[in-house]
Amino acid sequence: MTVGELSPGARAHTRLGARRRRVGEDLVKVILGAAAFISVLTTVGIVVALLFPALEFFGEVSPMTFFSGTDWAPLFEPARFGVLPLLAGTLVVTAVATVVCVPFGLGAAIYLSEYARPRVRAVVKPLLEVLVGIPTVVFGYFALTFVTPLLKDLGFQVEVFNALSAGLVMGVMLIPIVASLSEDAMTAVPNDLRAGGYAVGANRFQVATRIVVPGAVSGIVASFVLAISRGIGETMIVLIAGGTQPNWTFDPRVSIETMTAFVGATANGDVPTGSIEYKTIFAVGLTLFVMTFVLNMVAIRMVRKYREVYE
Amino acid sequence: MRLRHSTRVALPLLLVALLAVAAGCGRDSSSSSSSGAAATGSNLSGTIQADGSSTVGPMTTYAAEQFQAANPNVNVTVGISGTGGGFERFCNGETDLSDASRPIKTDPADKEATVCKSKGIDYTEFLVANDGISLVVNKENDWAKCLTVDQLAKIWGPDSKISNWNQVDPSFPDEPLKLFGPGTDSGTFDFFTGVINGEEGASRSDYTASEDDNTTVAGVEGEKGGLGYFGYSYYEENKDKMNIVQVDSGSGCVTPSVQTVQDGTYTPLSRPLFIYVKNTSFKRPEVEAFMKYIIDNEEKVTGSTGLISLTAEQEAKAKQELTDAVTAAGG
Repeated sequence: MTVGELSPGARAHTRLGARRRRVGEDLVKVILGAAAFISVLTTVGIVVALLFPALEFFGEVSPMTFFSGTDWAPLFEPARFGVLPLLAGTLVVTAVATVVCVPFGLGAAIYLSEYARPRVRAVVKPLLEVLVGIPTVVFGYFALTFVTPLLKDLGFQVEVFNALSAGLVMGVMLIPIVASLSEDAMTAVPNDLRAGGYAVGANRFQVATRIVVPGAVSGIVASFVLAISRGIGETMIVLIAGGTQPNWTFDPRVSIETMTAFVGATANGDVPTGSIEYKTIFAVGLTLFVMTFVLNMVAIRMVRKYREVYE
Repeated sequence: MRLRHSTRVALPLLLVALLAVAAGCGRDSSSSSSSGAAATGSNLSGTIQADGSSTVGPMTTYAAEQFQAANPNVNVTVGISGTGGGFERFCNGETDLSDASRPIKTDPADKEATVCKSKGIDYTEFLVANDGISLVVNKENDWAKCLTVDQLAKIWGPDSKISNWNQVDPSFPDEPLKLFGPGTDSGTFDFFTGVINGEEGASRSDYTASEDDNTTVAGVEGEKGGLGYFGYSYYEENKDKMNIVQVDSGSGCVTPSVQTVQDGTYTPLSRPLFIYVKNTSFKRPEVEAFMKYIIDNEEKVTGSTGLISLTAEQEAKAKQELTDAVTAAGG
């Protein structure tokens, strides 16, 4: 390699593969590497921090009792440690949220990517994304003081704290996640494919649903899974609007307690460190972590399986 | 370049520091003019150890924060090991103050007062606040005006399966019963379960439990068949949103009020709260000043933590007892 291969202004000592190592470059590499490793280390740290108290917990309460019991009252006398009511609460709220965010999120994405004019899109997309910036505590009180009374007025027999209202509002909160990521995936589908569709006489809706959506399916599925994981982990909305009463039921109209709400409410009180009640928090936390982890693994596999590669 | 850079940083910092000092002065002068303890307290120093009841704890903590703001060299630590746990440490000589939601047990079998005696710990008991629990129902509830202690035990018992008002009393309407109450960390929970269900912590668990009383307010306000309980003063703040329930402990229905809680006629859900002080600790001026602060400001201190203040008579008695104890200690 010679100087002549570089731009005319370049000096000899800046040529690529220089013998002298450049300190600045190394420094940048270290800083960027540290940035990447911090998130990895944090994840490892979380797993370790969860694992040990959780293992101690399972030394005192058998996993069988924990995972098959339908009565959750770890802070009462006598204590009962069946996690299924919390699991049911989490699943019900997440299911309601999914029913809201998947169709509306996907619809918004198709509209933005296939129907909206560029000028409309430039306004609507940022507006939709504003929803992401609303603190979840605000969503929680919105659910409790607006949506729940509304549901009652509409004739639903809901309790003051209920899974339905929390799930609906959580679904709305998740719409932008689905919409934004799905829209990115759809926009990435090459225009040649759309043109091919129109050429054989397809209308806009047919192009959107039979060409663009299948073409972007891996990105769309990823957006669903990300939204659902986010929903499972959401704490504030369910704590405020969903209640703190563990309930072994799949009825969305009654008060429930999710795993996150239990952790949030219990960690907020003053359970003594090292007690069985304290370790319960970690056992529930670990269960939650495993759930979202498995979900993400499934998502990655699905994305790989259905990915359409262009060019 | 370097100089300019540092002045650029230093100037705002200096301003911030000046503001902080000014604000600090303002607070000091205002509090010293409003409370007697602060005026004499600026040269006090030392550490005061308190432990005990989780009901009295928040009140002691609040008083400690206010007291320390006026007396920055005094350090007050407040633990909440429960009344029994507090007495254990107190009689072992570890603490100066013991927060208690009941009088110390004098029966030798209970190992409280007798342990204190055997370790040579003499103490003075101060009545510092009154505590009452109010039961509340929805505004539209026109049937549950008065509940007996037996009915409450039937509703809240650990094995209770009652889910409708007509199971409580056949004359009550067919309305689903929705329960709200404090979480298990709360002193109110211990008090209620202790007197109603006969054992602290013994309660049904299928109710909406929250350490935040606002949750109970929201639940009872929004649920026609709702029933909840919390500290009496919290009802005072939310009077317009709910109805209060009278309690009958065998001698007729009693409406909870500041007066019936103070004079103890609202049984069994009212009780006096105490702070026990080790007599030798009164030799230290900071302990005397702290107790004086609590008693002189007891209306503010109790009010800020959901308790009920002392009557004028109770307050005068506490003041007299403090003077006597300090004189006896030669402080």
